[in-house]
Amino acid sequence: MARIEVLSEITGTVWKVEACVGAAVEAEAALLIVESMKMEIPVPAPAAGTVLELRVGEGDPVEEGQVVAVIEG
Amino acid sequence: MFHKVLVANRGAVAARVLRALKQLGIRTVAVYSEADRDLPYLALADETRAIGPADARASYLNQDALLAVLADTGADGLHPGYGFLSENAGFARRVAEQGAGFIGPGADWIEAMGHKTRARDLMAARGMPLGPSSGLLDDDAEATLAAARRIGYPVLVKPAGGGGGIGMLAAHDDAQLLAAVAQARSLSQRSFGCADLYLERLVERPRHIEFQVLADRHGNVRHLYERECSVQRRHQKVVEEASAPGLPRAALDAAADRVTRILADMRYDVIGTVETLYDGEGGFNFLEMNTRLQVEHAVTEAVTGIDLVQAQVRLAFGERLDAVLPSSVGLNGHAIEARIYAEDPLRFLPSPGPLARLEWPSGPGIRVETGYAQGNRVTPYYDPMIAKLIVHAEDRPRALAALEEALRATVVEGVRTNIPFVLALLRNERFVNADIDTGLAAEVVRDMKAAAAANAA
Repeated sequence: MARIEVLSEITGTVWKVEACVGAAVEAEAALLIVESMKMEIPVPAPAAGTVLELRVGEGDPVEEGQVVAVIEG
Repeated sequence: MFHKVLVANRGAVAARVLRALKQLGIRTVAVYSEADRDLPYLALADETRAIGPADARASYLNQDALLAVLADTGADGLHPGYGFLSENAGFARRVAEQGAGFIGPGADWIEAMGHKTRARDLMAARGMPLGPSSGLLDDDAEATLAAARRIGYPVLVKPAGGGGGIGMLAAHDDAQLLAAVAQARSLSQRSFGCADLYLERLVERPRHIEFQVLADRHGNVRHLYERECSVQRRHQKVVEEASAPGLPRAALDAAADRVTRILADMRYDVIGTVETLYDGEGGFNFLEMNTRLQVEHAVTEAVTGIDLVQAQVRLAFGERLDAVLPSSVGLNGHAIEARIYAEDPLRFLPSPGPLARLEWPSGPGIRVETGYAQGNRVTPYYDPMIAKLIVHAEDRPRALAALEEALRATVVEGVRTNIPFVLALLRNERFVNADIDTGLAAEVVRDMKAAAAANAA
């Protein structure tokens, strides 16, 4: 099992957290949704696995390239 | 004339409106959120006021804060710009109740045209052609499916209270339709405070042609020709032109005359744009009406010589149309506008950041509208438009060449921009030949990706 850091592709604000720590996720499933420049952009799971960490919460600012979650897949 | 006008907006449109007001000899008030306090256009205003935090809901959409500035500064007019509260009927009413002039049409028109199915009914009753559509959908899945089958797949699910392409979803079969309706309803409720949806026949790759009108409060309406706005990504415009290339002038003029007649019959007032979809066979079908100044107004200004913002202000004050416009307005040359967005040129993902270097082209026939200067930051709070680059030339080939030259002389460093996309568009054979439709942007991106892959190999 590999530990995978999930990065935000954009700078913005976390609008919604879709995933829960400990839950299983499918590849490409949205872990959270970032709002930026009037768009909502999902941050998808890069692979199927289990969510180990969520490093941001709703309303938090995120930067492009920032680690927002860690999954084990 | 208005004595002092509050500009309830930000960025390029605030700069544009402040300039027009100054030329009319009207005193100005500009507002800013915490994120915008350093933007250069604020210096154009006679007075400035802070209205709240960066989040637009707490500042530019905060009606109480704006109305407090209106009262505090003694402004007797309010220009809403575009976006934000420019098409909010409740806000327009509150401005009027406070004794100030809302620089736009009457609140009843904003309300009527803001609700898309009501707007369709109003226009259709006066002879405006429409594509097949449903009425408002209810929660009954069977009725929704029946409506879609009656219209014929593919259909487009559209929020009745919407705009800006938000919540518009295509469906090609029953399963897609029910999923799209559920998604669009939630998005529409959240974005517009209205969960009403309707279905339209999805015209595959139509052209988006819109007609600019000006009207007075005395029953007079005139059009200022059309704009071609088919180059869109995510249902949002990127490049606009006046006139619409490659279409018969007589057909365009007939459609513009029809729109003018209908709006005069309704006694519409001040400023508006009737958006249509043109598919060659069905003619110009009504899409929606915008009851405000539009982003792409500058191309109309370039080919008609009319300052649309000054005209809008004078008409809102109650001047007569024949005092605002010359007796005849012709078309002179060709104009094209490129919106410069802070976004990835291939994926169209937002790219906020610092404008480390910013240089714009200048010269005859070139106009740049921006709210930023070098050193400013493009924040994630508002839309991604950094600037509009407008060129005006004798004819379309010269305008396209001038735009390409202007884009090559533009320097934006610190954020990614869509300039590579616009340059690729300008080299696209179909675009150059005016064989344009709303699917063209996706085609250009496909070509760009293929070229990038070939280069990498």
